[in-house]
Amino acid sequence: MHPAPSIIAFTVFSGLGFGMLAFLGLGKPDVSGFTGFVFFFIAFALAVGGLISSTFHLGNPQRALKAFSQWRTSWLSREGCLAVATLSIMGLYALLIIFFNTRVPVLGVIGALFCLATVFATSMIYTQIKTVPRWNHWTVPVLFMGYALTGGAFLTGEVRIAAAGLITMGLFQVIAWGLGDGRFAASGSTIETATGLGQIGKTRMFEAPHSSKNYLMKEMVHQVGRKHATKLRIIGLVLMSLLPWAILMFLNFSHLMALVALLAHIAGVLTIRWLFFAEAEHTVGLYYGQRG
Amino acid sequence: MTTLPTHTEKKLGLVIDLDTCVGCHACVVSCKGWNTENYGAALSDQNPYGKDPSGTFLNRVHSYEVQPETGAAQTIHFPKSCLHCEDAPCVTVCPTGASYKRVEDGIVLVNESDCIGCGLCAWACPYGARELDQVEGVMKKCTLCVDRIYNENLPEEDRQPACVRTCPAGARHFGDLDDETSEVSQLVKERGGFDLMPEQGTKPVNKYLPPRPKDEQIDILAPLLEPVAAEPQGFLGWLDKALEKI
Amino acid sequence: MNQPVINLSPKVSDEVRKTTCYMCACRCGINVHMKDGKVAYIEGNKDHPVNQGVLCAKGSAGIMQHNAPSRLKAPLKRVGPRGSGEFEEITWEEAYDIAVGILEPVRRDNPEKLAFFTGRDQSQSFTSLWAQGFGTPNYAAHGGFCSVNMAAAGIYTMGGAFWEFGQPDWDRTKMVMIFGVAEDHDSNPIKMGLGKVKARGAKVYGVNPIRSGYNAVADEWVGITPGTDGLFILSLVHELFKAGKIDLHYLAQWTNAPVLVNGDEKSEDFGLLMRDKDNKLMVIDRNTGKPAAFNKKGVKPDLAGSQRVKGVTHRSVFQHMAEKYLDPQYAPEAVAEKTGITADRIKRIAAELADVAFNQAIEVKQTWTDFRGETHDKFVGRPVSFHSMRGISAHANGFQTCRALHMLQIILGTVETPGGMRFKPPYPKPPEAHPKPHCKVTPGQALDGPHLGFTHGPDDLALKEDGSPARIDKAFTWENPMSSHGMMHMVISNAHAGVPYKIDTLFMYMANMSWNSSMNTRGVIDMLTDKDEQGNYVIPNIIYSDAYSSEMVSYADLILPDTTYLERHDCISLLDRPICEADAVADAIRWPVVEPDRDVKGFQSALCDLGARLGLPGFVNEDGSQKYQDYADYITNHIRRPGVGPLAGFRGNGDEHGRGESNPGQLDAYIDNGGFWMEHVPEDAAFFKPWNMNYQDWAVKKSFFDKPMPYLFNLYVEPMRKFQLAAEGHGTRQPPDHLRDRIKATMDPLPIWYSNEDENKADEFPVTALTQRPMAMYHSWGSQNAWLRQIHGHNPLYVPTKIWEENNFSEGDWAKVTSPHGEITVPVAHQAALNENTIWTWNAIGKRKGAWALEEDAPETTKGFLLNHLIHELLPPKGDGLRWANSDPITGQAAWFDLKVRVEKAPPLEQTKPDIPAQKSPVGTGPKNLTWKLGQ
Ligand SMILES: Nc1nc2c(c(=O)[nH]1)N[C@H]1C(S)=C(S)[C@@H](COP(=O)(O)OP(=O)(O)OC[C@H]3O[C@@H](n4cnc5c(=O)[nH]c(N)nc54)[C@H](O)[C@@H]3O)O[C@H]1N2
Ligand SMILES: Nc1nc2c(c(=O)[nH]1)N[C@H]1C(S)=C(S)[C@@H](COP(=O)(O)OP(=O)(O)OC[C@H]3O[C@@H](n4cnc5c(=O)[nH]c(N)nc54)[C@H](O)[C@@H]3O)O[C@H]1N2
Ligand code: SF4
Ligand code: SF4
Ligand code: SF4
Ligand code: SF4
Ligand code: SF4
Ligand SMILES: [Mo]
Repeated sequence: MHPAPSIIAFTVFSGLGFGMLAFLGLGKPDVSGFTGFVFFFIAFALAVGGLISSTFHLGNPQRALKAFSQWRTSWLSREGCLAVATLSIMGLYALLIIFFNTRVPVLGVIGALFCLATVFATSMIYTQIKTVPRWNHWTVPVLFMGYALTGGAFLTGEVRIAAAGLITMGLFQVIAWGLGDGRFAASGSTIETATGLGQIGKTRMFEAPHSSKNYLMKEMVHQVGRKHATKLRIIGLVLMSLLPWAILMFLNFSHLMALVALLAHIAGVLTIRWLFFAEAEHTVGLYYGQRG
Repeated sequence: MTTLPTHTEKKLGLVIDLDTCVGCHACVVSCKGWNTENYGAALSDQNPYGKDPSGTFLNRVHSYEVQPETGAAQTIHFPKSCLHCEDAPCVTVCPTGASYKRVEDGIVLVNESDCIGCGLCAWACPYGARELDQVEGVMKKCTLCVDRIYNENLPEEDRQPACVRTCPAGARHFGDLDDETSEVSQLVKERGGFDLMPEQGTKPVNKYLPPRPKDEQIDILAPLLEPVAAEPQGFLGWLDKALEKI
Repeated sequence: MNQPVINLSPKVSDEVRKTTCYMCACRCGINVHMKDGKVAYIEGNKDHPVNQGVLCAKGSAGIMQHNAPSRLKAPLKRVGPRGSGEFEEITWEEAYDIAVGILEPVRRDNPEKLAFFTGRDQSQSFTSLWAQGFGTPNYAAHGGFCSVNMAAAGIYTMGGAFWEFGQPDWDRTKMVMIFGVAEDHDSNPIKMGLGKVKARGAKVYGVNPIRSGYNAVADEWVGITPGTDGLFILSLVHELFKAGKIDLHYLAQWTNAPVLVNGDEKSEDFGLLMRDKDNKLMVIDRNTGKPAAFNKKGVKPDLAGSQRVKGVTHRSVFQHMAEKYLDPQYAPEAVAEKTGITADRIKRIAAELADVAFNQAIEVKQTWTDFRGETHDKFVGRPVSFHSMRGISAHANGFQTCRALHMLQIILGTVETPGGMRFKPPYPKPPEAHPKPHCKVTPGQALDGPHLGFTHGPDDLALKEDGSPARIDKAFTWENPMSSHGMMHMVISNAHAGVPYKIDTLFMYMANMSWNSSMNTRGVIDMLTDKDEQGNYVIPNIIYSDAYSSEMVSYADLILPDTTYLERHDCISLLDRPICEADAVADAIRWPVVEPDRDVKGFQSALCDLGARLGLPGFVNEDGSQKYQDYADYITNHIRRPGVGPLAGFRGNGDEHGRGESNPGQLDAYIDNGGFWMEHVPEDAAFFKPWNMNYQDWAVKKSFFDKPMPYLFNLYVEPMRKFQLAAEGHGTRQPPDHLRDRIKATMDPLPIWYSNEDENKADEFPVTALTQRPMAMYHSWGSQNAWLRQIHGHNPLYVPTKIWEENNFSEGDWAKVTSPHGEITVPVAHQAALNENTIWTWNAIGKRKGAWALEEDAPETTKGFLLNHLIHELLPPKGDGLRWANSDPITGQAAWFDLKVRVEKAPPLEQTKPDIPAQKSPVGTGPKNLTWKLGQ
């Protein structure tokens, strides 16, 4: 699939934002007044910023409100509704803390749950896509929520949780890649099933329908070279997991180093998220001679 | 409304004969012509006279080469447009309700005034049957010529999809696949019509008729010829007898 | 469920205007849907005989051609050097003045110094009239480089060929065999026919080195080695003779097989057909054993007939055939290797042909009377049919190969029978019914007759007193005595070389001669731009009519801009290249369904003006005033023969068809009738037309000819023998010595096969390189079409598995392709369903930068290419000091498909080679985005 920057930014930053809000909802750290404002501001900025960037790839963003209507069937719609709900709950929660210096734990816990639900909904937008076998798998929600929480912990200074998260996510990501690599083959879709010509024999594309590229190919028939992908996977892992983990564990804590670690982590997540799209193969590729 | 209807009154769709399609692209272009001028936004083209021209098409003809166990490779032309699936994932993923499946006839449509152009439905379609128009930013797809097949401004005989009407080889058939007596259902029955990517569980309405067996695979019907004569003299002898008979 | 309410009956258009498509030469009927005076949508006309409602990709994209940014806007005068594309727009008056200034002196002093050649012109009966009036012998259309072999072989052999002349009986045939066809002029009818055949589950054979298109749907693909079809066909003939699976009755009754051949080696009539004192062909009557005229009532022509006179035996044509084709050289085993078809398969195909023709014969009950006066109560059908085109005709052995194919149909007795191959009115016509070539030039006066025609012996050649060629293209000379369509592909090179003589003005219409329609494109460009010592162009003046900014435009001095096909009058005439179907006679018109929004004029109308200004006979009245105001005027009022004009329908008061006075309301009648006129062939005239008096009488009524002219099929083509006799030294008109052997060898009156491999250096260049028509493109002119160019924007070179692996090619690779003449470097792609010694690409996709209002980095110019750079109008030198034409020695047909090459891997490039520098576009380039919608 085409790794659209707007989508990568959306998933990564809204994830971080909601992850951070989740922790704040649980009172970790128990902030108030101006510090509270700063923390909540960062969290909301990330969440809302992410959501806004998601509208950049819309053909008709001015109609975005319509996207709240189909929560019964559509995960994208659900994600929208949940995001708004979450932001309002946490908004109220934040107001009370910042201006009235009162933390309503119940509200915070509910908010935290909504944060998770929102990230889960985001992940389901991809997980539900059967045509992309690599996505169509339980590991995807786990990854999305895992990254959100790890990042959230990181941003709220929950160093121990963050460190644990970093290493588990590193391991889990490796497992997820392993599982993902076999998914397309396992899905059973081949150029033969796509064309039904398997009954006759081995099938290959002879001529594409048009000599020029079209929307489908640009959007869904994106390809990354094996080598290139492996390289990026390693870079992604080091940045996302190992490096920040090492910094947190072995260097004595300094805000500067923490910042470096955080930035490394975010860069890593961005890289891995780029791969999440770039490595995802869509069945339509079969019609255009991919895996043919 | 993106919940799929539990039941549609008809299952209108296309049956495409891979034994007959010569790959002429007539259906591709007449579709482009009709749908540029009709239903919804025009099908736009980018760099139409430059490098990498690309435009929105609702129907495209692929060509494949198939190598049987024995015998020569075969070339098969393969037209593809929306299959108007019964279990259409493109509909349920739509966040706005722009995508829907009609109860009357099962045609899957996009209500362009509700479409935000998120592209999710195109992702959900296994077949690449939806294209986001780059000028209008709305999702375009085969409408099964819903604005032709019931159109009272068209003569009865023309109330069929543009691509079907234009297909010179008669490789495209339109009808109700819910009705076993319909011509299309009959064809599917006789010729063993099949689904594309059944494993995707989309239950396409459109069906494809397989190419008939080709080349040496058919065993010879006619007995090999018996010589009447080896050399010219003998031939003339035979000729004389033969001429007497006529 | 709350579904949106949609309008299921939107208004389709304000009005439908019915005219004729011209996105190609098939000429289908179209319904042009208009919205506020503009073209909104084009679909097929259901009532039209040609396409019955269907429309091909090109036709459906007509709106994109009609509105193409490449359309010329006004007459152009060259201001930069030839080829630069630098022009200034001028008025029509200025344009006419320039043209008259050039042409008047030419006509006054030596009319032959004008060479007027047209491309896929569908007004040849009009343009040739103009050329005749001018008085130049140098006129022809594109047939010479197109498919004259197919046309001429058909006419000489049986009075008609395939394509515009005839078609398989799609409704009845049980087996169709298609030789060398990718698309043909009959684009839609063939597809419709194949569709019918497929729907019935009848069998289709595709004989073609390449398995695509029609050959992809064929039930059996015969991946023959290019150039060897003749051999394959003669092997089938061999098998059928050997097994006696021949329609003896048909041959005896309807062909010259029983006619006696002069066997007297000493006579100068040796090998000619024997005639009685009233000059009637002579056969032996089986009833009496005596010679008799072939057409006498009651004669039973004897295929085995022979007559011994003064110790000399004159044997029937059939006996000569038996002797020739039973020869072991045609045995399947003997031809298998050359043709690339196994002996078993050839035998099987022969058996299948015989089985369908004889064991599955069909009958159509119907009484009819033949020319001998015998009445029959049925038409017996042999439901095997054939179709063929350039795959066999565009070779130097193409004429004889086409003849062989016709012979195969005829011995199976299928031609003009139910289920077989059927002629389309006004065909069949015997070769004698066609004019002979004329070339007598008189300064200031008209030519002595039509330029083109059919030669029947040395006397008909277009030679001057001194025996030198009368025509610039050397048509109808000893080099190619039967070049019935002229040889357009030789004009530029001959004019440049000044051989046989220099010309002053090259006047061309609708042919992209500096690009895809020329062999040796690079060389032709140089000839068009070459200058002499004085710095004048070697070809002094070039006038050209095009509708679009093509490559050729940039090489002309004066451009007469034509309209698009939706903006002008045209007529698709029975006097020309008709559009009839086997069951119906028809003709049609084009009319301005929209008025041009540019200063352009239908070319034929421009010729009416120009003809009048030059005072050409036929274009001025007695008082010297202009005879036809425009082409519409000509179409309505021109009279060819008494009662016969360009259009056969709605004559007289509008109720006379075929013959009648001209009718001022004729064009409106056509428009009211959907743009065409059609009348069905009577049922008792539907088959056996050449011999069926019911047809002959109807044909006379309909004006196809003026008296019945039944005839025999010429399995034995006597005129060819006459040329051989001359080569053997008989007669006064003698060929130059260097041509004698070739004439003797190739002009065999019975079909033969010969190889062209040595001439084309097959030993060094073992691979044949071909082109195919893409169904969704029309030569060069499809690339200006925003919709079509997305389908074919560039053209890979398709390579068979063997060559692919030899060069270990992989996707994205490029190759250097070398021929005896040139070299190109292009992208390759793999195709398994391809003859292992053949490579190919789509025709005419490659474009010159700056042409067609495309941007200079368009894929057509960077990744597209022409094979033409590898082909030369002359064969490689063979050391005899002569350069032989790369043409069929009989008809002069350009031998495009004899091209032999070598393929080797090359490093990938950004730009195909050769890369010809850009021309300036006189019309700019197109817009960045298209959203084409009139209604809202
Ligand atoms: N390698 C290779 N070369 C080939 C062939 C092949 O098989 N292989 N085929 C050969 C054959 S059979 C043919 S017929 C030729 C065809 O080659 P051409 O005769 O050159 O045909 P086109 O490329 O269509 O070019 C015709 C010209 O007519 C112009 N034109 C289009 N419409 C109009 C109109 O309405 N009015 C006027 N005045 N002009 C118009 C176009 O702009 C174009 O410049 O190509 C030959 N060249
Ligand atoms: N869409 C479209 N239609 C067209 C045209 C166009 O440009 N586009 N051009 C029109 C014109 S001008 C013409 S002349 C006609 C030509 O109509 P076609 O004759 O169909 O033209 P080609 O594309 O040259 O097809 C030649 C075919 O013969 C095959 N062939 C080549 N050599 C041999 C051989 O030795 N033996 C056999 N058996 N096959 C061989 C090639 O593989 C190819 O399939 O098409 C007309 N119709
Ligand atoms: S129009 Fe008919 S024959 Fe041509 S490509 Fe489409 S389906 Fe095939
Ligand atoms: S083919 Fe694709 S777009 Fe059409 S209904 Fe099925 S899933 Fe939806
Ligand atoms: S692109 Fe339009 S139709 Fe498709 S899912 Fe998004 S909103 Fe729905
Ligand atoms: S049915 Fe209509 S919209 Fe669908 S492919 Fe055919 S022409 Fe296009
Ligand atoms: S075949 Fe196509 S392009 Fe040619 S006349 Fe017919 S519709 Fe037009
Ligand atoms: Mo041609």
